[in-house]
Amino acid sequence: MAISRDDVAYVAALARLELSEEELERYTVQLASILAHAADIAALDLSDLAPMAHPLPLKNVFRDDEPRPGLERDVVLAAAPAVEDHRFCVPRILGEEP
Amino acid sequence: MTPAAHDSGAWEWVVGLEVHCELQTATKLFCGCRNRFGDEPNTNICPVCLGLPGSLPVLNRQAVELAMRIGAALHCSVRPSIFHRKNYFYPDMPKDYQISQYDEPINVGGFLELPDGSRVGIVRAHLEEDTGKTTHVGGGGRVGSSEYSLVDYNRAGVPLVEIVSEPDIRSAEQARLYVSELRGILVATGASDGRMEEGSMRVDANISVRRVGSEQFGTRCEIKNLNSLRSLGRALEYEARRQIELLEAGETVVQETRHWDEEANRTTAMRSKEEAFDYRYFPEPDLVPLDPDPAWQRAVAASLGPMPADRRARILEVLGGTEASAQRDQVGVVVNQALDDLVLTAVDHGAPGSLALARAANEAAANPEAARRLDPKAFAQLILFEASGKLSSTQSKEVLGELLVRGGGDPEAIARAKGFEALAADALAAVIDEVIKANPAEWDSYLGGNDKVAGALIGKVMAATKGQADGKVVAAELRRLRSSS
Repeated sequence: MAISRDDVAYVAALARLELSEEELERYTVQLASILAHAADIAALDLSDLAPMAHPLPLKNVFRDDEPRPGLERDVVLAAAPAVEDHRFCVPRILGEEP
Repeated sequence: MTPAAHDSGAWEWVVGLEVHCELQTATKLFCGCRNRFGDEPNTNICPVCLGLPGSLPVLNRQAVELAMRIGAALHCSVRPSIFHRKNYFYPDMPKDYQISQYDEPINVGGFLELPDGSRVGIVRAHLEEDTGKTTHVGGGGRVGSSEYSLVDYNRAGVPLVEIVSEPDIRSAEQARLYVSELRGILVATGASDGRMEEGSMRVDANISVRRVGSEQFGTRCEIKNLNSLRSLGRALEYEARRQIELLEAGETVVQETRHWDEEANRTTAMRSKEEAFDYRYFPEPDLVPLDPDPAWQRAVAASLGPMPADRRARILEVLGGTEASAQRDQVGVVVNQALDDLVLTAVDHGAPGSLALARAANEAAANPEAARRLDPKAFAQLILFEASGKLSSTQSKEVLGELLVRGGGDPEAIARAKGFEALAADALAAVIDEVIKANPAEWDSYLGGNDKVAGALIGKVMAATKGQADGKVVAAELRRLRSSS
């Protein structure tokens, strides 16, 4: 599975990364070699193996529904660049809600 | 189903609904912060729901249990599932992704049977976390024109179940019926409080139209911001008309998300599919697979109480299987407001079912939270008083109102304090008798047709009862005595 320069530009845009032409070229090559490694696995015959959802042989890890103290609001808000009415204040949102 | 009522008559609606329901857990889905509506902003937050580096989510067992209850009530099957990250940039999620279930959800393939007998398929009911609450400041509060936004993360990480229906719905009425029935089921499972107005239950609608008889789906639009059953119905009516007009004019419907504007009574485009989000879903590496064992699934299914449809049937049975449509509506209200016990207990105590039903569906349901706290025996006693004529319907409603406001009490004592009610009626008759004997001249004058003297007699009765009697009741009793003498 080959990755194109356009794919890299698209993924970079989704991740809000601004890449130069030179970076686009370089990452296309690097990502292609990573995907080539994944392709090695795809080439194996794994038809008798169940898909693995997680590398750990674990499932059903739960927490009881009991409240635990969180963080103090003042401490958290003190770390925010801007605060108003005990809320995080963020710049004007340009995109629409997802 | 019948095609949508529209001028052309030749079009059919195809509607599927996505209902998000906040689960009534004590804590959030992946951390121990409280899940509580209405708390002071940013008081239920921790490193996990703030997405601070190094924090790790741990799944809330009770949220899984409630999700399975919903699934069981909707006849879904539970399957092994995993969580994904849904990536997007928006300040309502500080992690820049929402943890949700994507292609391997916990519940799949169920259905919901509506009171009108139609059946709507359920594609899936999956677990995900809610987002924080944004408030847009300036520009009328709309995101596009605001100056900046404020974020409260109390809701970020609150457990949600999203219930996705098949596109089986064909009218606004059926859509409302579906949401109403679903809400009843969610409340009956104990998973949700079903409050649309507080946002604990939210509805998005997908709608397309096609010629009746066509098997193909038209291009659909998704409508957001539907905060009530009323806006759901109106938004669907508007959107269907818009699409039909486009198609009849030879134009095409563009697949897009549209925002319902309640005040303007229309939908407006939010974004079209060409610029649709690519959420880069990938498996959440910090959570292990979820695979509830069969014993747990059986226990959950076995612990489900009767669902609204069973409860409606039970009340109708108690009422003697009547098919009256007015009573059907009343039965629906009583079941949706979880007031079944009032009616069933009253009937159990010998009260007439239709009267108990009417008081429960009208007066009690007007204050449902208080009515659910009411002792059904007190309600039964009140209905018996009214049924036996000891209380008039007006008096009975007033006593019921008082019971609801007080959060309980003895209907007899309340009625007596108000001066109406049987025991008071006996005592009142004695007092009136004494007043008549002590004032023979006034009584003779009253018997002779002098209504003005009634005021004086009533005044003496009121004085003798220390104002506890109801003047209107006394006046009525005097008239009764005059006409029968």
